[in-house]
Amino acid sequence: MAAADFSRLIAAAADTIAAHAEELTALDQAIGDGDHGLNMKRGFEAVRAEADAFAAKPLPEALKAVGTKLVMTVGGASGPLFGTLFMALGKDLPAAPDRDGLTAALAKAIEAVAARGKSQVGQKTMLDVLQPVYEALAQGKTAGEIAKAADKAAEATVPMKALRGRASFLGERSIGHMDAGARSTALLVRAVAEAIEGN
Amino acid sequence: MSNVGIVIVSHSPLVAEGTADMVRQMVGDEVPLAWCGGNGHGGLGTSVEAIMGAIDKAWSEAGVAILVDLGGAETNSEMAVEMIGEPRSHKIIVCNAPIVEGAVMAATESSGGASLKEVVATAHELSPS
Repeated sequence: MAAADFSRLIAAAADTIAAHAEELTALDQAIGDGDHGLNMKRGFEAVRAEADAFAAKPLPEALKAVGTKLVMTVGGASGPLFGTLFMALGKDLPAAPDRDGLTAALAKAIEAVAARGKSQVGQKTMLDVLQPVYEALAQGKTAGEIAKAADKAAEATVPMKALRGRASFLGERSIGHMDAGARSTALLVRAVAEAIEGN
Repeated sequence: MSNVGIVIVSHSPLVAEGTADMVRQMVGDEVPLAWCGGNGHGGLGTSVEAIMGAIDKAWSEAGVAILVDLGGAETNSEMAVEMIGEPRSHKIIVCNAPIVEGAVMAATESSGGASLKEVVATAHELSPS
């Protein structure tokens, strides 16, 4: 991937998080501790500030650098979870990945996020978006279809009962609200998909 | 021989510092001790960078036991251990124990010259399951 393309992906990701920061915070206020939007925005703005330096690295190193920056700047539990996602992608992605390479790396990254959060699919978390995205990717779906699958998967966390994170303290009362981490994951997937499709 | 270090990680700097005060008063100064709390931006939360700093401060060749409060403190502590990397990461354990009682009990065990394994086991005895 050319450096300019990676910079564009970072800008797209940071833009969508900034544009939806208040929405993410509102979602988190309903069933979490209300800092998700602000935390994610701080993290992605920190990544944006170093986008050119990151983009100059080979893709796996660039992704690891993004992940490390998110770990150090997002805070909360989201920092390590989103950071792990990018760091794990970087660890398993070849320098010039095709769809198969990306699919395999995403599978490993999902495992790493699940291990970090001691969670699994169906517990009202970001994993509930990542897994359908992986499946859509593996099935050869287009970028647009993958973005749609991510949005649908985030919506599908609304009726779920939270079993991990702060929201799990609410038990049944977590039902009826979308998971903030699932929503931000879907936003990132859409931003990346649209940036790639617009290529 | 060096004593096992104790690191206290709370979402609140007040809780972390207060817990450290209790450890100091009840156990004394021979145990390496460090604490951190807050998200680094003035709010409640935990910071991987601050946790890595606290581990450095309490570092002991005998190892370091970390006591945490709520979920994010555990996740961030595990991330900090991973980022510190080998070989030191093998000598750092995040305890499953209540933060105040765990810190005091772990430090007491450490002050007697116990191994990291023994210190962590003492803290874990405080948790049901």
